[in-house]
Amino acid sequence: MTEIKSFTINFGPQHPAAHGVLRLILELEGEVVKRADPHIGLLHRATEKLAETRTWIQSVPYMDRLDYVSMMCNEHAYCLAIERLLGIEVPIRAQYIRVMFDEITRILNHLLNIGTHALDIGAMTMVLYTFREREDLMDAYEAVSGARMHAAYYRPGGVYRDLPDEMPKYEVSPYKDAKQVKALNRAREGSLLDFLEDFCERFEGYLDEYHTLLTDNRIWKQRTVGIGVVSPEEALAWGFTGPMLRGSGVAWDLRKKQPYEVYDRLEFDIPVGKNGDCYDRYLVRMEEMRQSNRIIKQCIDWLRKNPGPVMTDNYKVAPPPRERMKTGMEELIHHFKLMSEGIHVPPGEVYAAVEHPKGEFGVYAISDGANKPFRLKLRAPGFAHLSAMDKMARGHLLADVVAIVGTMDIVFGEIDR
Amino acid sequence: MVAAMEAFFGAAWPVVWSAAKIIALLVPLLVAVAYLTYAERKVIGYMQVRIGPNRVGPKGWLQPIADALKLLFKEVIVPSEAHKVLYFVGPVMALAPSLLVWAAVPMTDGWVVADLDAGLLFVLAVISLEVYGIIIAGWASNSKYAFLGAMRASAQMISYEVAMGFGLICVLLISGSLNLSEIVRQQGNGFFAELGLTFLSWNWLPLLPIAVVYFISGVAETNRAPFDLPEGESEIVAGHMIEYSGMAFALFFLAEYANMILVSFLTAILFFGGWLSPVGFLPDGFLWLALKASIFLFLFLWLRATFPRFRYDHVMRLGWKVFVPITLVWLGVVALWMVSPLSIWR
Repeated sequence: MTEIKSFTINFGPQHPAAHGVLRLILELEGEVVKRADPHIGLLHRATEKLAETRTWIQSVPYMDRLDYVSMMCNEHAYCLAIERLLGIEVPIRAQYIRVMFDEITRILNHLLNIGTHALDIGAMTMVLYTFREREDLMDAYEAVSGARMHAAYYRPGGVYRDLPDEMPKYEVSPYKDAKQVKALNRAREGSLLDFLEDFCERFEGYLDEYHTLLTDNRIWKQRTVGIGVVSPEEALAWGFTGPMLRGSGVAWDLRKKQPYEVYDRLEFDIPVGKNGDCYDRYLVRMEEMRQSNRIIKQCIDWLRKNPGPVMTDNYKVAPPPRERMKTGMEELIHHFKLMSEGIHVPPGEVYAAVEHPKGEFGVYAISDGANKPFRLKLRAPGFAHLSAMDKMARGHLLADVVAIVGTMDIVFGEIDR
Repeated sequence: MVAAMEAFFGAAWPVVWSAAKIIALLVPLLVAVAYLTYAERKVIGYMQVRIGPNRVGPKGWLQPIADALKLLFKEVIVPSEAHKVLYFVGPVMALAPSLLVWAAVPMTDGWVVADLDAGLLFVLAVISLEVYGIIIAGWASNSKYAFLGAMRASAQMISYEVAMGFGLICVLLISGSLNLSEIVRQQGNGFFAELGLTFLSWNWLPLLPIAVVYFISGVAETNRAPFDLPEGESEIVAGHMIEYSGMAFALFFLAEYANMILVSFLTAILFFGGWLSPVGFLPDGFLWLALKASIFLFLFLWLRATFPRFRYDHVMRLGWKVFVPITLVWLGVVALWMVSPLSIWR
């Protein structure tokens, strides 16, 4: 009898479904996966070590680049950690702005996930629809921070500045005539909040469109129902968080269980799945977008009615206003110290976690009282999820590996750090 | 004029005349293939809220030409461990049958390169040859991804040919002829045709399940979405084509699009009355065939923009457990119907 050898293939790092730089060694028997061995480290940038050599505030932009599809949520965890060490209060308006942008980020992330997951499974139209909506949200990012992705908008003590009163507009060019520009600028006539409100109104309809395109599609169901099943016990044991855990039916969400910022004042529901397969996780993400939309609407209402400061008035943490810096000696000293040395954080250690779109994103920081962290450890949700790759993919077909990579919502920025 | 030419060429005339007919068929076909890629990019573009190619030439009309030129100037890279001969035989074997098969396809009454009495069998036989190109390409590339793709492609094409074959037997039964032109002419007769409603006399109505199965099998046979798993770009990247570049790749590409056009033409000929006009008062002609085929080609593109990709085992299950039984049952139904007093084909 001839010896049957299994077939080893290198799935990635240059593979369209590798979501960046996943290198997966697959042992196949025919098309059936016998073993899946994810290799990481191809995007390792030593963020944790870099943070030790930079002042606390200089590391904020590094956080954007961790999970580069949910930028502000990463910043949020980092700023929360610093604020807890400093023991300062963030102005309530800044908290609302942060929550609103966290939820915008959640929609951004889930849109990308659902679009690319569908693209991996072969429904290529989905990704273009979701990117159309992402464009609007990125414009909102740009309006507050000047950058479409790597915003660096949250700062220890609040947010960099208040929401703008007007949106940037399209201009007439050889490629866009006045009529097209008018249509594009329709929602951009008012403030950022008007723009977001208009988006929230439209977004419900878009979600319904996605449901018609995918949710009841038989092929989509065949490809996702019963694929990569994780029981609630297993999900907890593997350290799953976020939609990966909720898809298995565990209603764990830091926004409800350990509310931070103003989440305890807002109304929203936590969707949970039943079977813990790719389809349930997809549905959970779809519903989370609807809930995020609800939260954004509540934040818009509140932000309209309640103007106020968006940055702490503790000048040891945030620079004083520029006019006062020009006239007052004390403010000038504060400004100089902040700009040259940065914040001094009292000694201690802290763990701050947020409900990141992918799960629990935690920052564990130790300070020795200097202007730099003594040690910074980042807890990336994707890392725990990827470690279950072998468990989830074993016994499935090669095509299902793609579906599982998609459902894990892997971004290598945060896994490799 | 034809007579003058005949006198000029003398004994060589049949060869010259055939060559002229072949060129008259293949050149428009290749142009159609080129513009099908353009149509695909435009149609799918609009379905995906974008505009598609619009820079090369007016409204992007020169885009296919630019693509072809680009591919022509690209280097054809041969992997060092590949089988040097078979590596090039593969794409040729894929393209040759998809052009050859057109010999038996009638464009309109009498316009056919080879009016074969066994036309339908010829078409089936030549389509079956195509799978060799893919297997050879997948094997000769000496790449694991290409090999997986070739395996998938061959299994899929063979499975769907079974369902397709049974479907064609039904057509054969009611037409009583294997000649494709004859099959079309047969569809112009019948109760509704005499009332001027020719489109109700076509084969699609009595053979509705077969027509649907045939078209879907055709999509699977050409490895198009949602059955594009042999090339499944997000799984096995491009399957058997993964190592090919330049014109060698373009040959596979041409074959795929020529096959799409072929399946659309065959669906129109076998089930939708070929060049016959749908209503009595309009003249028959090639334009009707082209229109019908265009509708099916649009369906191809529509499917691609809408559906996710099937999984390997689901494709097999659909082929063997759904399509083969449906066609077999309908074959029985049609056979019994024909011998029963209710037969409409007397």
